[in-house]
Order: sequence, then C-alpha cells, then structure tokens
Amino acid sequence: MADAKRESGISRAAVNAHLKKFGALYAFLILIAINSISNRNFLAVNTFWNLLIQAFPIIITSLGMLFVISGGGIDVSVGSVMAVAGALNAVIMNGIYPFFPKSILFGVIMAIVVAGLFGAFNGVMVSVFKMQPIVVTLTTYIIARGLAQLIANGKILSFSNTPFNAIGIYRLPGNIPIQVLIELLFIIVTAFVLKKTVFGYQVQAIGENAQAAKLCGIRTTRVRIMIYVISSLIAAVAGLLVSSRTSAADPTNLGALAEMDAIASVAIGGTSMSGGKARILTTVISAMIIQLITITINMNNIHYAYARVMKGIIIILAVYIQQDKSR
Amino acid sequence: MDNNLLLEMREIDKRFSGVHALDSVDFSVRKGEILALMGENGAGKSTLIKVLTGLYRKDGGQIIFDGTERNFHTPQDSQRAGISTIYQEINLIPHLSVAENIFIGQEPRNAFGIDWDSVNKQARQLLLDNGIDIDVTQDLASYSTAVQQMVAITRAISQNAKLLIMDEPTSSLADDEVQVMFSKMRELVAKGMSIIFISHKLDEVFTICDRTTILKDGKLVGSYDIDKITKLEMVSKMIGRDASNVLKRTVGVYEEKPGTIPLVHTKNIDNRVTLHGVSIDIRPGEIVGIAGLLGAGKSEYAKVLFGCDNTYTGTFEVEGKPVRLKSPKGAIDLGFAYCSEDRKVEGIFPHMTITENMTITALPRISKFGVVDSKKQKAIVDKYIESIRIKTPSSEQLISNLSGGNQQKVLLGRWLSMNPRLIILDEPTRGIDVGAKAEIEALIREFSQNGISVLYISSELEELIRNCYRIVVIRDGQNSVELTDQDITEENIMKYIAKNAKETEVDHG
Ligand SMILES: Nc1ncnc2c1ncn2[C@@H]1O[C@H](COP(=O)(O)OP(=O)(O)OP(=O)(O)O)[C@@H](O)[C@H]1O
Ligand SMILES: [Mg+2]
Repeated sequence: MADAKRESGISRAAVNAHLKKFGALYAFLILIAINSISNRNFLAVNTFWNLLIQAFPIIITSLGMLFVISGGGIDVSVGSVMAVAGALNAVIMNGIYPFFPKSILFGVIMAIVVAGLFGAFNGVMVSVFKMQPIVVTLTTYIIARGLAQLIANGKILSFSNTPFNAIGIYRLPGNIPIQVLIELLFIIVTAFVLKKTVFGYQVQAIGENAQAAKLCGIRTTRVRIMIYVISSLIAAVAGLLVSSRTSAADPTNLGALAEMDAIASVAIGGTSMSGGKARILTTVISAMIIQLITITINMNNIHYAYARVMKGIIIILAVYIQQDKSR
Repeated sequence: MDNNLLLEMREIDKRFSGVHALDSVDFSVRKGEILALMGENGAGKSTLIKVLTGLYRKDGGQIIFDGTERNFHTPQDSQRAGISTIYQEINLIPHLSVAENIFIGQEPRNAFGIDWDSVNKQARQLLLDNGIDIDVTQDLASYSTAVQQMVAITRAISQNAKLLIMDEPTSSLADDEVQVMFSKMRELVAKGMSIIFISHKLDEVFTICDRTTILKDGKLVGSYDIDKITKLEMVSKMIGRDASNVLKRTVGVYEEKPGTIPLVHTKNIDNRVTLHGVSIDIRPGEIVGIAGLLGAGKSEYAKVLFGCDNTYTGTFEVEGKPVRLKSPKGAIDLGFAYCSEDRKVEGIFPHMTITENMTITALPRISKFGVVDSKKQKAIVDKYIESIRIKTPSSEQLISNLSGGNQQKVLLGRWLSMNPRLIILDEPTRGIDVGAKAEIEALIREFSQNGISVLYISSELEELIRNCYRIVVIRDGQNSVELTDQDITEENIMKYIAKNAKETEVDHG
C-alpha cells in the first residue's frame, strides 16, 4: 500500500544491501570453490579460458537483453533469431541457394541484416502499435524458429575448414582465444553506451518512467525500436559464433532456450524486471554463473536436466534477494 | 502524565546514510487539536510521520499513543490502532477505481463477497459530502492530482480514526476545495479527533490550526500556540534567521515593446473533452497566469502547448507561424519547457540520481557524438543545487531519498537548465517551503526580465497575483475573463472562477 521505502534495522538492511550488490559475485565464487574441490583439474588455466569461451553466447545475449529489460521490455525471440542467423549464413556459405553468392562475408551480412529486420519488427510492434513485448517477441520466437527450419530445409547444415570456423578456435599470441577478446569488446561497449551516452541514459529513463521520459523530450518510439534491434543484432552475432564453433547450424537446437539464460542473467544481475537502472558487471558475472552451473553438472556427470532445475532455483532466489521488498 | 495528550513522542532519532533526519525530537499532540507540523524542505516532517506510523523504524526514542507505549511495525499496525494517514506522496493505487481506493481493505460485504453496488454508492456519497462529483467507477489515474488528493482525504476521513495525519494534503487543491476540507476537519475535531497538519501554505496553517511544532534540520525548535505567534516569527524560526526579506515581495511590471508579436498565440483551442475554446496569448518576457478550479482545463491547456495532446482544433501560432506539435520533443526544440504538476507520474525517475534526473532533458545539448560530457553535466547540477538550495548530502543521491520539496526543486532545475524561451510551470511551488518559494518566484521574475516568457499555472491565487502581469481565468474549458494591472485582485478572480449556481443546475439537468 504505502510505497515509501521500508527501512529495517541497520544490520538487516545492511546485509540486504550488501547481498543485493555482491550476491552474484558470492554465488560465482562458491561455484568455483565447489568445482575446485570436486575436480582437481578445474583450476587449470584452460578451464578459465573455457569458461569465458563457453559463456560467450550467454554473455553477449544477456548484454542485449540488458538493453531491452532496462528499457522496460522483454525479448524472448533471441534464441530463434540466433538460429535464423546461423542457418542463413550456413546455406549461403555452403552455396545451397544458387542465386546467392557463395561467400562467407555475404552470409554473415545477410544473417545480420535479417536478424536486424526481426528486431525492427519487434520494436515497431511494441512501440508504434503498443503491443505487449512478451506477445510480440513470442510471435517472433515462433516465426523465426520456423524460418530457420525452412531455410535449412529441416536439416543440420555442417561445414568445415572454412575461414569461418577459425573465429571459433583461433587464438592470439599468449594463447588468448579471439572470442574472449570479442567478448570483452562487447562488455566494454555496452558499459560505455549505457553509462556514458545519451542513448544509454534515455533507455534507462524510459524503463524507469516512460511517461516522464516522453515529457523530457525523449523520442521513446525510436529508442524502443533501437533497443530491440540491438538485441536481435547481438543474437545474430551469438548465433554465428555458436555455429562457427560447432562447425554446424542446427536450425532446431541452435540457440534453444538462449533467451531464458539471457533473461535469467539480467535478473540475477539485479536489474529490475520492470525496467530502469541497468547493471552491467553483475549481469556478466551472472551469465558466467549460469554457464558454470552447466559446466559443474557436466564435469560431475550429473544429468543435464538437473542443471535446469538448479538454474531455476538460483534464479528465484536471486530475484527474491534483489526485489524491492516494498512493492 | 498529562492525560490530555493523545500522542507523545520522546527523543525520536532517525538516521539515513549521510543524513541525521531526526535528532532527538520531542513531539506531542493533544486530544481534539489541530497541530501544524512546520519546517523547511528536508526538515524531517515526513520522516517523523513515517517513524510514527511504522513505515520507517526509529533508531531511538519512545512513542506513547493513547496512554500506552507503542511500536508500530507496519502502517497497517498504526492504522488498526487508530491512526489514519495521508502520506505526502499520494499512496493510492492508480489502476483501481476511485471507489475501490476509498474502501480497500474495509469493503462492505454481502453473501457473494464484496458488495460492489454498496461500495460504489457509499464512495460516491462520501465524495459528494466533500464536494466532489465524479464517476467513482473510473480508474483513479484518470483524474487530476487534485481529485486524487481529495480521494485520499476522503479515504482517510472515512476511517474514523483517533488521529488523522495529513502530510501536505492541500498542495494541489484550489481554495474552494481547501475550504470544504477545512470544514470537514473542524467537524472531526469537534468529535474529539486530533489532526496533524503539514503544509507550506502559511495562511492555511493560521486559519485551521490550534498549535504548531517547528522542526529545523531534524531538530525541534519549539511548540507554540497559533494565536501567540506571527507569520514572520514562524518563518524566522523555520529558517533560523530573520525572515522579513523572505516575506516581502514586489510585483514587477511588464513593459511591452511596441511591435512585438506574441511568442505564443492560441485561439479557440478545443479538444472536445476538457477544452472548449481557450484563447491565450503569451508575449516575450511576459508572465501569464492561468487560474481556474479543479478540472477547469488548466493543465490540459498546458499539455496542448507542450505537444502532449494532438487532438485539438483551433489556432496555435508561435511567433506568428502556425504550428502543430506532435510530441514534447517538438515543443522542446521550439524552446518550450514544461514542469508538470504530477511529480511522481510525470516527473521523477525514482531509482535514478539527482544528476541523472536533473540533466536527462539537457543531455543532447551537453553531448558530442552522443557521448555525454560529464563535466558539463556536473556543472549544471552543482549550479542548481546551489542556486535553488537543494538539500542533499550529494548529487549522486537517489532522488527518491530526497524530501518532497527537494524533489520538486530537482525537477525545476531540470527545466531551468534548458534556458527555455517559454517555461510552462504547472503548480511549480507545490510542496516547496516559504523560503525556497520566494527564491523560485524571484528566479521566475528574473527570467521574464531576460525576455523569457512564463505560463504560470497555480491553484494559489496569491501566488498568481504576486507574479503575473496578466491572468486568464478559465472555467469549464473556456476563457472566463482576462485580467490585467489593477484588475488583478482576489475578488475579481473569485468572481469569474466559479460557476454560478444556476449554471450548475443546468449542467446536471
Ligand atoms: N529514504 C531516505 N533515504 C535517505 N535520506 C532520506 C530518506 N528519506 C528522507 N531522507 C532525508 O531526510 C531528511 C528529511 O526528509 P523529510 O522527507 O522528512 O523532509 P520534510 O520535512 O518532509 O520535507 P518536505 O517539506 O520537502 O516534504 C532530508 O534531508 C531527506 O533527504
Ligand atoms: Mg515531506
């Protein structure tokens, strides 16, 4: 009823605030500890690189999702858009459609353009036609997955020994995987855009209070469209990378449930699901936590299904801690 | 112990990070009195109330209510004990109907659960008693802030409490509504209820209150009987220095330069809902006031000027050229600024800092290639924290941690920093203390001297009379009269502001 912030005793309030800020980091450290104890090889340098590499799709898609959620929306079409991008690039690269040049560059460009169109569709439906983001992106989720299967004719498209595969495996001097570098770039650019640019402030303002944002002269329609386009473009990059790494594009499974991991990372990272202040670093850490859960379970030979249950529990717990108790 | 006391709070202490909001404050309320709790913005008034009702936990001190020591843990606790509270930020639920808002938690029931017929009927009756005639089945959000305040008051009054707390209940009400509320308050007190009344409007305090307790910077200054203290003394105690300068104000004069075309020329603005022909001209450097009752169309007209309402017919020209604004962005590009009356819904970004809140509109101007120049950003914020005296430990404080009046100042800073050609101020001094009010009014007059036009909307006639060169009174969405110079008097405005009795009957016939 009353919505002023409720203050509890110093100690509890302090603990809460602390958990809110550092909860994700603790969870991350605990997971690492569990793994190091149960598995001696875990602390090897390679495991570290592996974690960063494997978490790549989750990390970048959760950065895209961060734009969407802090702008007051949600995008559940991410995984399907990943599949479209992967499949489209694969067919073009493999020269399946004779009317397209058989070129990697063209494949990548087409993948990104088509993904961008999906994002624009999401954005326009949400901001111009004022439809619920969940409904719009759910529709895209279905359409895009269908399109991916149509493009690939329902088959898994594999390729090997192309320069495209190199992105997934290439390492820079010092054994640094190039993926990690790209990943870092994404994180830095996202942080810069959200914290330092007019656009970033405007996204968060819209998420906080759309009506006030409009009165402040923010072109809410345009900003909203851009948010969804960003999310889809990032999804395309993620889709391309996953297919490069696996040397294949599986239209049915590529990116499946990726949107859930992305949403979960943003939620655990402490950004309000109703929009507003975007938390970048904790989102990245949370994405790694989600990846770590999967790794933990794989390394200990536990059935993958448990990973899902565990993820679920962690998400609920994290969101509960983050929640503004007064709402 | 004095058994004439309903409430006694002793040595109350409350700290927030960086702020000692209440420093060992003693406070008491007698049975059957109306007590004014006074102090500058950020003095700790709302905090004291929230500590009492259990919304905040106190860090120290003792609360004795109705003879026993109490520690309310939630607002519901205190409500059950007989304390009914209207918080400063209206705490109703916008997407429930007006009737639901009045009865939430205490709905009359019948065999099938909540008896909606009876809820709606009773709610309507209660509001009618308070002079408000509206459709109670509509969402609360569809009504103006003033109506919402009346709903909150109606709800609080209907609870039959021992103590009624009103934290700035009148900030957007016009005189008529305030009078209705006062007569209600007198009835309640006659029945033995006590009332704590918080307001920055001194006239109200001197009209309705028996006694006053003054806070400054979280400390008690003292308690005084109203008939033993003057306005000047009261304000001096609030600000901690002699207030003669603060209360003395001069009215400026508008010198029309020959040949100036009006900055804004509107004729017969009509949106078929709230406006049915409003015509107002605003010349460069002029301060034009709009007076009118609740629902007369004041804010709605402002929204047309600022591009929020694109459904109107009529003439709208800027410097002689016809315009049709499709969005606030367009208005801002023309050099217009609009400080809305509804701070919470149309103003603040609650989880953002003062800096972010104040500069969000100016960002495109203080950026290069879309990257914000944080030095310029900081310069703006520092300037206005200083010049309109925003009370805060730092510019990085979340705006929702500021007192109500200080939040309002941040929003004013947001628009002042735009160097507008026309600034539309809709209840700009809502919730702002006397000292700051004087400063803001001075600032507005300085604007006008520098050629900036001001459209000044206020429910406080005195404020309009003091500041405006010209006042347009609107009634039922139409021009009622336009007053200038010597014609600007309270009597004149009052004469044209209200519908006369006959018209009212015709309206309902
Ligand atoms: N939740 C909070 N967190 C941090 N500081 C707070 C919080 N609530 C209030 N304060 C600070 O406590 C002080 C007292 O605030 P309070 O809201 O009680 O002032 P007030 O007297 O009601 O002022 P106003 O007339 O502007 O409503 C202010 O300095 C304010 O910034
Ligand atoms: Mg207050």
